[in-house]
Amino acid sequence: MLTLFLIFYPVVAATLILLIRGERIKQAALVAALVELAIAGAALVSFKPDASSQFGFDYAWIGSLGIRFSAGIDGISILLVLLTGLLVPFIILSTFNRSYKQPATFYALMLYMQAALMGVFTARDGFLFYLFFEAALIPIYFLAAMWGGENRIPVTFKFFVYTIFGSLFMLVALVYLYYQTPATLTAPHSAAIADFYKLKLTPEAQNWLFWAFFIAFAIKMPVFPFHTWQPDTYVESPTPATMLLAGIMLKMGVYGLIRFILPIVPLGVEAWGKTAIILSVIGIVYGSIIAIRQRDMKRLIAYSSFSHVGLMAAGVFSQTETGMQGALVQMLAHGINVVGMFFVADVIFSRTNTRQLDQLGGITQSTPKLTVFFMIMLLGSVALPLTNGFVGEFLLLHGVFTSNHYLGLAAGFTIIFGAVYMLRLFQKSMFGSTTSRTETFADLTSSESWVFIPLVVMVFWIGVYPNTFLELTQPAVVNLMKYIGTTAVSMK
Amino acid sequence: MLPIVLLSVFGIGLLFLGFMKSRAILLPATLLFLVVALAVNFIDWNKSYLYFNDMLRTNNLAMVFTAIILLSAFMVVALSSNFLNDESAQPAEYYAIILFSLVGAIMMVGFENLIMLFVGVEILSISMYVLTGSDKRNLRSNEAAMKYFLMGSFATGIMLFGMALLYGATGSFTIAGIGSYAAHPQVGLSLLLYVGLLMLLIGLLFKVSAAPFHFWTPDVYDGAPTIFTAFMSTVVKTAGFAALFRLLSVSFGGVYTFWWTILAIITALTLVAGNITAVYQNSFKRMMAYSSISHAGYLLIGLASLGTNTKQAIVFYSLAYSIATIAAFGVLLLVAQQRSSQTITSEGVITENFDSFNGLARQNPLLGVAMTVSMLSLAGIPLTAGFWGKFYMFSTAVERGQIWLLVVAVLMSAVGIYYYFRVIIAMYFRDGGNDPIQVAPFYRYVLVAATILTLGLGIAPGLLEGLF
Repeated sequence: MLTLFLIFYPVVAATLILLIRGERIKQAALVAALVELAIAGAALVSFKPDASSQFGFDYAWIGSLGIRFSAGIDGISILLVLLTGLLVPFIILSTFNRSYKQPATFYALMLYMQAALMGVFTARDGFLFYLFFEAALIPIYFLAAMWGGENRIPVTFKFFVYTIFGSLFMLVALVYLYYQTPATLTAPHSAAIADFYKLKLTPEAQNWLFWAFFIAFAIKMPVFPFHTWQPDTYVESPTPATMLLAGIMLKMGVYGLIRFILPIVPLGVEAWGKTAIILSVIGIVYGSIIAIRQRDMKRLIAYSSFSHVGLMAAGVFSQTETGMQGALVQMLAHGINVVGMFFVADVIFSRTNTRQLDQLGGITQSTPKLTVFFMIMLLGSVALPLTNGFVGEFLLLHGVFTSNHYLGLAAGFTIIFGAVYMLRLFQKSMFGSTTSRTETFADLTSSESWVFIPLVVMVFWIGVYPNTFLELTQPAVVNLMKYIGTTAVSMK
Repeated sequence: MLPIVLLSVFGIGLLFLGFMKSRAILLPATLLFLVVALAVNFIDWNKSYLYFNDMLRTNNLAMVFTAIILLSAFMVVALSSNFLNDESAQPAEYYAIILFSLVGAIMMVGFENLIMLFVGVEILSISMYVLTGSDKRNLRSNEAAMKYFLMGSFATGIMLFGMALLYGATGSFTIAGIGSYAAHPQVGLSLLLYVGLLMLLIGLLFKVSAAPFHFWTPDVYDGAPTIFTAFMSTVVKTAGFAALFRLLSVSFGGVYTFWWTILAIITALTLVAGNITAVYQNSFKRMMAYSSISHAGYLLIGLASLGTNTKQAIVFYSLAYSIATIAAFGVLLLVAQQRSSQTITSEGVITENFDSFNGLARQNPLLGVAMTVSMLSLAGIPLTAGFWGKFYMFSTAVERGQIWLLVVAVLMSAVGIYYYFRVIIAMYFRDGGNDPIQVAPFYRYVLVAATILTLGLGIAPGLLEGLF
């Protein structure tokens, strides 16, 4: 039942915000999101670390077709539910010093988005997953295209068509899988993901199913060469929308890899997994190199995100327990870091009206708070030990390395390159002599600090004691690995 | 079969009402007649009767199709209030013709005999020729009517020829009789049957504007008064597909192996032609014409992979499509009428370009939402009825193992998103228009009802289950 609240409470809250339209819309949205965080927190606290699916509910939705409205939280979902619950209130808080036209619509769309994301991460029925997967796109598209930058219309449109195009392949795959499940005259086919796991699929079918799913998720993440929508969309979107995109939405892709591709088409992964890792590693190196050359802060962070997510995909496809665990923790960590980084860019932009690195510099002199927070978020991003990025990236690299030494080595560049572009970003913007734009730079306001504080706490918590989170996911991951390693391959 | 009788009587009654001085009574009277027809339609629910010397059959499926047709007609008529203010219009005649055309549509839904099918198609078509040309002083309307009439009567001729050949092959005009003849293809069937079937198909596919018989559609839809375009693209399409389904499932299920490849190729052609051409349109109305072609393609998927789920798929799809299309045309009607400064070009021609929607959502949030929901539904985005329509269609294809057809359909729905979203982009993200559009109450009710229905069916598609 808790899952039901997680999904529907934001819908109700958003609709109320739309209908009531008072003076204090921001505050109302923040409170609404904090309540959702409390629900997610309750789920986290009472979550039993085993491989089962908890807090679930299950209703017949389209009875004659056997499609059910069924959702629940298991070890693979829990961290993403936490991430979605955690980030949205702070993304809303980060907008407190900005004013957006039509604020009621703006915040309502963010909450609708949150509901859809919760649905994606908890759905236990294939079609329900698909439904939320697509539904998440509508609010974010409107957020980006209504409040975005100058070039927003063509850029966001490309993003929209590109991602829908990808997910249509997934729809085909889901419909196909659905018709493979057994049916009798009285009991229809089933779309439950658990039933998809039990299917006996031919190797040929697994190969094309692999690609149908992979394209959908690869576009979402994005993995090279499906990434061309990403940098422009991140740059043109308003920062809160970028945070939602980079912080949470791209995790839908990684989550999909773990939930669908690995267990349903193990032979497809056997045949094509190496290709997928190579594409991901190309993305890691390519994204990093481009990031080094960027002048625009937001674009630089966009490419760094592209590079990081490549490592997550590679880790998942390494099919090792460490790789998988790393991907789950890194999803949480990356969400926190990237939201922090985009917020830094937003703070700087709001004061200087530029994101170009060559027009910035010398900000440290007047901004002790910003400098400290920026540095911590940055160290998390470059995976310094004792920060959250380290745990995830170390596990991921270990996973990739076990599966293939050379690819592991190539993927390791992410840490070196990451340090290069991130430190360059810091140096160009914060150090050096002040420019005309940064002379009168004011330090963080208290509401801005309050965005950073919880993020920083999380950076260190995950970095110093990752076991809190690893323990939650481990049983589910072990279970999944065991399933893939033995049952699935022999059965299919 | 009461709706057929009642609608005929009502139509004649409406003609007499036209003698009255006040035109205001015509619209509510027509709406009332439609409601009565819709209500009596369900009298035979759960029963199956043959009427008029075995010419027509009622069953639940026919009644559901009739209900969709009457509902679409009701919504279209409710959007027609501006006839009453137009001096040169003759609303009594229009409404009467609409009611007569519905008689034809209902015959196409429940025919048991090919003659009845022919009569139904002709009643519907001739009414449509007249309504297309009803804007007498408009050159485009005249051109459209002429084109439609010439090409349409040619297609009906081919259809009639096909029926004659079928009679030659089977010795029967009833679909059951033809069905029992065609049920045993292994004994060797007369060549006339195949030729006759093809010709009959060509005639019906012309009516539902499937490629390569679709060339009339854009000009006719574009030239006809918008309100009748809305009527044509919903009622005619639903009736046409109901007829095709009835024909293929009852009579020609036995020779499925013969016609499915042909139909599958036509489906793919229709999808590609409709969607790709729609991308290049600048006029919203013309885009909707091509969109109606592309939706004919999606509906054909269900027929080309005829199976146990086809019935449900076609019913759901035509309902979802009709509601969304009527809402879209409703908004277009308002925009074209009231944003005249933007919609009339220097030559005095009303254009219905995408630009005339600019900034609409800011001035009229209701119109913006109604249009957005209907476009999302037509594009097949989840949480709208259109998604489940596509879903059911795709399921039938997978069930028959026609993966390649499915791939074409999926690629084309991605293309579809492109042109449907152009309207949404214009409405929400571009600036334009100064004064909000005045929305008359009837319009508001229809648009709100369409939006609620589309979303409702999108969230709970099971509502229609088990009805037929």
